[in-house]
Amino acid sequence: MKRAAQLGCATVAIMLSAACCQAQQSAMNPAGPQAGKIEWLFWVIFWIAFVVYVLVIIAFTRASTRNRVREERPVPVLENPPGERGAAIAVHSALAITVITLFSILVMSIITGEKVEGITSKNPVTIQVTGHQWWWEVTYPNLQADQTVITANEVHVPVGKPVVVLTNSADVIHSFWPPNIHGKHDLLPGYQNAFWMQVDQPGIYRGQCAEFCGYQHAHMGFAIVAESADDFSKWLEQQRKAAETPHDPETSRGEQVFLGHACVMCHTIRGTTAGSRMGPDLTHLASRHMIAAETLPNTRGALAGWIVDPQSIKPGSQMAPNPLDPDELNALLAFLQSLQ
Amino acid sequence: MRIHVPLVLLLLLTLFSCEREERRFRQAPSAASTKDTVQVSGLHPGGGPPQGSPQLPSYYQESAYAVNEGKRLFNQYNCSGCHANGGGGIGPPLMDRGWIYGSEPGNIFATVMQGRPNGMPSFRNRIPEYQGWEIVAYVRSLSGQLPSDVAPARSDDAYFKPSEESMPKQTPTGITGVPEQKK
Repeated sequence: MKRAAQLGCATVAIMLSAACCQAQQSAMNPAGPQAGKIEWLFWVIFWIAFVVYVLVIIAFTRASTRNRVREERPVPVLENPPGERGAAIAVHSALAITVITLFSILVMSIITGEKVEGITSKNPVTIQVTGHQWWWEVTYPNLQADQTVITANEVHVPVGKPVVVLTNSADVIHSFWPPNIHGKHDLLPGYQNAFWMQVDQPGIYRGQCAEFCGYQHAHMGFAIVAESADDFSKWLEQQRKAAETPHDPETSRGEQVFLGHACVMCHTIRGTTAGSRMGPDLTHLASRHMIAAETLPNTRGALAGWIVDPQSIKPGSQMAPNPLDPDELNALLAFLQSLQ
Repeated sequence: MRIHVPLVLLLLLTLFSCEREERRFRQAPSAASTKDTVQVSGLHPGGGPPQGSPQLPSYYQESAYAVNEGKRLFNQYNCSGCHANGGGGIGPPLMDRGWIYGSEPGNIFATVMQGRPNGMPSFRNRIPEYQGWEIVAYVRSLSGQLPSDVAPARSDDAYFKPSEESMPKQTPTGITGVPEQKK
């Protein structure tokens, strides 16, 4: 009994620590109203299941310990044994309680689902998320084509305002899952899906592809950056600009390296002749905090490793290796780090 | 002992298809670049044995993954823009028997890397060599020069009509259907 008590205390302690830690990617740490409702439903179902579990264990222990027949003797078979009626009542009421409990959970799930989907607002920010193997293309569409912002793996949203997220896929099925903010939404090729999303706590939250999509599925992450409305519009304004023309010779040389090598076959830098849409848009690469779909920090060293030998970091990725000369690589890094 | 012989033969049989599924992700950049040694003609002065032209490395012919990557790159690098899934358009078709600059792997590799007059761009320094070989393997598969077990399926958009399952039911007519009754 003492051991069971210890075990119970340990379980509760683990649960509490899971509930209170400030995780960057956790459904237990909701940062918006939708994740909050999903978390509420989780705890309701958890505690119901906990009570059911305890009751079942108590009943099981009781049934296995009481009225144990210790002698070998024939058990008489009776037509109407005493206690049969009482047992029947117990079984029927247990069944009724089970059915009622399951139906209440069903009703609560439906109500929670309605509330999670029931967020709207006028003139929301619209974000198009397109899944690629294995990165996320994030577009802020605008009726004026030159005002449209295209970035990758980072979804910036204003705090406290519902935004519309449109989802699509360029190749296979992916799933957009920021656990701190919302549930999973599948990205289907050839099919536009849409949902509302709201973040109340400013911060950076990690999301993850939640539908197996190939070799680098496990490293297909993204970030949701929630910032104040002012910061958000400043960010959007900055992202709308084309890349600046390089000023110093090193950066200028880096631009030539970029345009003269394989980079130009897949990437876009607005303001230069690079315009392919196979890989992430790099116009403002240096403004992102991570590279390679939330796999590496956006530092000079990580960038160099990723450019030269991506297949040892993410095998199967569609980024090709680039065996550059050291001075070419240094110039290229200087250029890429100037893309604020 | 005699019972095990068929079993062993059966197990040996499974070894034949191993290369088909081989996937090389981290391909070493070739030390000696093949782009300068490609020989695009079988004729050479003075007779004697022909100089070695780079053959398509066997991996690219045998791995379904490599050929499929070639297909992906063929579309992503917009080869389809002129060659239209092999059918031709602005550029010549690739799924027929006519090869202006030769159908050997080395010839096609040279065509991709060096470009050709009258419109074929040069991809030298723009794509890694292994991708060039992958594209060569796919282009050769278009005209049936690779074993059919590694060749990728035809793209849906390359069919000229929708699949039969999605068409309304039709009753066969004329000579293709029920034989006509003699009167």
